Amino acid sequence: MNVESATVTTDDVRAREERERAILERTWASPPGLWGWLTTTNHKSIARRYIITAFIFFLLGGIEAAVIRLQLSRPENRILGPDLYDQFFSMHGTTMMFLFAVPIMEALGLYFVPLMIGTRNVALPRLNAFGYYVYLIGGVMIYVAFILNIGVDTGWFSYVPLSGPQYSPGKRVDFWAQMITFTEIAAIVGGIEIIVTAFKQRVPGMSLNRIPIYVWAMIITSFMVLFAMPAVMLSSSMLATDRLISTHFFNPAEGGDPMLWQHLFWFFGHPEVYIIFIPATGLVSTMLPSFTRRPTFGYLALVLSLVATGFIGFGLWVHHMFATDVPQLGQSFFTAASMMIAIPSGIQIFCWLASLWSGKVRFATPMLFILGFIALFVLGGLTGVMLAAVPLDLQVHDTFFVVAHFHYVLIGGAVFPLFGAFYYWFPKWTGRMLSERVGKWNFWLLFIGFNLTFFPMHQLGLQGMPRRVYTYQEGTGWANLNALASIGAVIIATSVVIFIANVLWSCRNGLAAGNNPWESDTLEWDTQSPPPPYNFVFPPTVNSRTPMWTRTADTPVVTGLRSECREVLLTNPLDAEPDRRYEMPGPSIWPLMLALGVGVTFIVVIFTPWGIPIGGTLCAIALIGWFWSGNRPEPNLPGQTREPLEDEL
Amino acid sequence: MSHPIKPRLNVAALRILIAAACLSLASCGGNHSALNPAGPQSERIGNLWWLLFTVSVIVFVLVVAFMLYGAYRSRRRNNAATDENAERRMARAVSIAVAVTVVTLFGLLVASVLTGRAISPPPSGDFLTIKITGHQWWWEVEYEDPVASQRVTTANEIHIPTGQTVMLKLTSHDVIHSFWVPSLHGKKDLIPDHEIITTIQADAPGTFRGQCAEFCGHQHAHMAFFIIAEPPDQFQAWLENQRKPSVQPADQLQARGQQVFLTKSCVLCHTIQGTPAGAHVGPNLTHVASRQTIAAGTIPFAHDSLARWVVDSQSVKPGNRMPQNMLSPEELQALLAYLESLK
Repeated sequence: MNVESATVTTDDVRAREERERAILERTWASPPGLWGWLTTTNHKSIARRYIITAFIFFLLGGIEAAVIRLQLSRPENRILGPDLYDQFFSMHGTTMMFLFAVPIMEALGLYFVPLMIGTRNVALPRLNAFGYYVYLIGGVMIYVAFILNIGVDTGWFSYVPLSGPQYSPGKRVDFWAQMITFTEIAAIVGGIEIIVTAFKQRVPGMSLNRIPIYVWAMIITSFMVLFAMPAVMLSSSMLATDRLISTHFFNPAEGGDPMLWQHLFWFFGHPEVYIIFIPATGLVSTMLPSFTRRPTFGYLALVLSLVATGFIGFGLWVHHMFATDVPQLGQSFFTAASMMIAIPSGIQIFCWLASLWSGKVRFATPMLFILGFIALFVLGGLTGVMLAAVPLDLQVHDTFFVVAHFHYVLIGGAVFPLFGAFYYWFPKWTGRMLSERVGKWNFWLLFIGFNLTFFPMHQLGLQGMPRRVYTYQEGTGWANLNALASIGAVIIATSVVIFIANVLWSCRNGLAAGNNPWESDTLEWDTQSPPPPYNFVFPPTVNSRTPMWTRTADTPVVTGLRSECREVLLTNPLDAEPDRRYEMPGPSIWPLMLALGVGVTFIVVIFTPWGIPIGGTLCAIALIGWFWSGNRPEPNLPGQTREPLEDEL
Repeated sequence: MSHPIKPRLNVAALRILIAAACLSLASCGGNHSALNPAGPQSERIGNLWWLLFTVSVIVFVLVVAFMLYGAYRSRRRNNAATDENAERRMARAVSIAVAVTVVTLFGLLVASVLTGRAISPPPSGDFLTIKITGHQWWWEVEYEDPVASQRVTTANEIHIPTGQTVMLKLTSHDVIHSFWVPSLHGKKDLIPDHEIITTIQADAPGTFRGQCAEFCGHQHAHMAFFIIAEPPDQFQAWLENQRKPSVQPADQLQARGQQVFLTKSCVLCHTIQGTPAGAHVGPNLTHVASRQTIAAGTIPFAHDSLARWVVDSQSVKPGNRMPQNMLSPEELQALLAYLESLK
């Protein structure tokens, strides 16, 4: 019903397109000025803020890492004392896991999922804005605390009893526990957005078996978020109540158990790794066609591998706890599960190799990052298999070997694809290309610096160096490799500075990109760069997995949506058959207000239980405002009704 | 654009290979290395490591080689080869690779489980049993004995007889710590209210360094200990000596030192058997002079370092629980003389 063939003459089409465009511009524009900035519900504006905020946290976490490497560059260094060093490494882990990795992956999804499935905005756009503000408040709060010397000093997984009231008096851990809750609310909101959008708003023709692999990856990630994040919110809230109102969930003296924390935390913590990694594999699978000039090999195998990873990822949390008193049989089960997850990862790698093997490879910067990713991720995966073997894990657990392993998996496995994706999608964001020449410097410095920093750590761990030590003694024999790692860190930092310079320079001076500079196959390349607020004048329909490659002049487009209000087409979840039209809410200040209310609640309760009634009242006011505005009569512009559009079909 | 890339990619691969080779060759760390096993448990784990290491090197080299060659050879063609036959061949290759992966992983799983069984504590037996309690930031070591008076309590240095299985009961007084002597065995956590059992054995005499492996607060970095493996008769002699109460002051200076110990804040935290000092907050000092280091392996047990520790331990190990002690030079010298006599 909403699909028509574009067989009319091109002049007609163009004239009609211009007419539509003018109306859509008006309908989807955010209000001008600061007010518009605070009230926008455009998924691209929100996602762009998300990406920039997360990148700033990446830089902060990177600076913390650099300070850590400076401290460890020689034995018995006293640049930082233990108190400050503990805050630095805790903030580094916390920042990278909670404020950078998960948010930036979800942010990319919030930007590109709607574009890739051909819709105008995410479902529930105001909730989306709320998610960003909550994340921002949580992140700013913990950094303000850090600057005030009340930064968390118990590590990113803050084991009790060390993080409990007895051994960590003061407010440091309280801020951390509340920050967790903030960021996980944001993560869950993002997950819901992506699931609903991907299942209900795909363009006609994009049945389940034609969804871009990246979108699949984000759907699976989002489901994992929904199941994993509540576990950590529960445990961080239990920790907060233990600390603030003397509950005894984790206090052995009162019948609590510190092992409860570890189970709850790692039930979140291990899936967390896949929540970061699965989107990255999605990025790789979705970039590969452009640089091998063929559809990614093994669509079904790749998607099923991701689904399998999503399930198995919940079954191996205990491998973080092999050194506790887990019984032998339990250990074997979790060893088997941990090794099993290598199978879907292996399938993905073999499929990518097959794409390379049969494709026509183009060595652009994103492709270099993909190749670097494959090499580093294989290495990180192999050390992961080693860690799954209980006896070996008992040796290298909580040592620099593990530090090396998870940096190979997280930097090699997620940050490399992210950098690739920045180079790949930058033209879509800005309309300009990043410099390829600088990009190659960026890649090689990062690759070399990364390996210099983290490869020696494998050996440091085997030689007995535990992680999280603020210094080490002269005679331990760890000095040389640590110095090497610190030199590598300087090279990594150089590479990141080059990247930033490239972005700043290319924003103004980069080559004009056009709609589809990489000759890619997915729908985000069908629209302008940068995309207009409504994404597509006429959302395209698709008839294959590589719509941009298989479209012809008479491929139908979606018409019949009202342009004078924010209307999107809903389709059914399986075959993406047109279902109904749905009007999206417009700009609203209430998401920000609700986020502030939530922020007041969580921050004030750190100091007084009065935070609950005070914050609760503020949240109630914000919620009333939120839903009130939802009952406003639909804007009906004079002279335009929906009937003529129906006739046109 | 692709011309300059190829040689550089190969250089990168070469670099990784060289680095991998270095790892295998340079694996000869000091007396606290998992690659330098000195007991049956660490030996079994070492064998598992080399198995996994070899498999990993092979897999890594194969994957990177396929990747680079695949990317390289595609330069000769103008278009992607995606005809049906090519796709079928690819599917077959991927299936074989997956099958090989599954079989390899299963083999590794079996190897891992077998090793795990071999190193797990035997269900029963008449072992020397040592209870180890973690404290922020030192190790309390208690040699169990059915006769209460025969029990021995010491700190941070664990003597064991060679060639015998020694059972360790691990627990914690405060936060979670982890007991790790890489040359002898993997680590086990010390968790308050839990008792975790592990066994170690040293095949030959030697001193093996260990260090806390679970982050436990500000001085996690300075929470080392030593396992001192001695021939059984030598060990027995050591144990007999430890069972005795402390030696009595031999001269006036030492007697004055004992008096300082008992009248200043020392006595509030430490035990010296044979004297009224019986507090259990800090390490037991009954035979402190028989130990080689103080402050959990942080500084040697020597006149100067001991003096510094007694007077201003915070400058040595910031954040540790020992307060600063205001002593006159005369008191300090007497105290040092007394402590140094506690063999």
